[in-house]
Amino acid sequence: MRSNWWKIVSVGLLIYAIIGGLLFEVPRLHIVNETIRSLYFHVPMWFGMVFLFLASMIYAIRYLRNPNFKDDAYSVEFANVGLIYGILGIITGMIWANYTWGSPWHGDPKQNGAAIALLVYLAYCILRGSVNSEEQRARLSAVYNIFAFVAMIPLIFIIPRMTSSMHPGSGGNPGFNMYDLDSKMRMVFYPAVIGWILLGTWISTLRIRMRLLEEKIIESEDEKSS
Amino acid sequence: MKKVAKILLGLLLIINPTLFAQDAQMADTMRAEGKIYVVVAIILVIFFGLIAYLIYTDRKISKLEKRVK
Repeated sequence: MRSNWWKIVSVGLLIYAIIGGLLFEVPRLHIVNETIRSLYFHVPMWFGMVFLFLASMIYAIRYLRNPNFKDDAYSVEFANVGLIYGILGIITGMIWANYTWGSPWHGDPKQNGAAIALLVYLAYCILRGSVNSEEQRARLSAVYNIFAFVAMIPLIFIIPRMTSSMHPGSGGNPGFNMYDLDSKMRMVFYPAVIGWILLGTWISTLRIRMRLLEEKIIESEDEKSS
Repeated sequence: MKKVAKILLGLLLIINPTLFAQDAQMADTMRAEGKIYVVVAIILVIFFGLIAYLIYTDRKISKLEKRVK
């Protein structure tokens, strides 16, 4: 029997994050006002995305070291769910930016970097769709996956910090200084991050299990026909 | 003199956001009237609905895994 405790932890943390995120006290700041609460939902999407892409890359490396269907399935589905998190992150970011910066797309370095990173991962999906041979597809996409992750790190974490940006955590600022995130907000923010990471992992595992089942069914069909 | 000015400026920069932010507009009335709980309830219901669906899918996949074995 597969152990499910971490799924319960995930749901518990997210319930806490929703209730706490809407009800607990937050710093009273100009411009952002009450929208500072978006931080509990928008930022965990990016943390979740980076985690899922990291998991995807690890399985890609595992595949390259020892080619097998399972590692490839893990790698793809982690990347897929990571991409969904990223898209949700960029949409929520645009809604928030529209309110605080005045327009949904401000050409902010972090926003642009995140968009490019998403395009890099979209290309990963296209690459997989365009190769017919299963083995070749898995090998090519595993190599590409490593490059995609390595490209994402400077795009999201390094370049935005080297230029001026309105995005908190950019323009030479450390990610969370006292006024981006006070200790009360951390009490909700970190549980939210862990909750969303676990939820993303849960969704990924469901997709992975479906993929493995599909493979088994195809195998048994092949045996019957031969 | 310059040093003192620099330190003062630094201090001002640190205190500034918290000092000036005291009068920032927040949804205090909404909270006082308890309407915020309506929002919390609605978001939680949607969240529970989606999680229930996820659990259902999880179980279904487990059943299929048993059958395929």
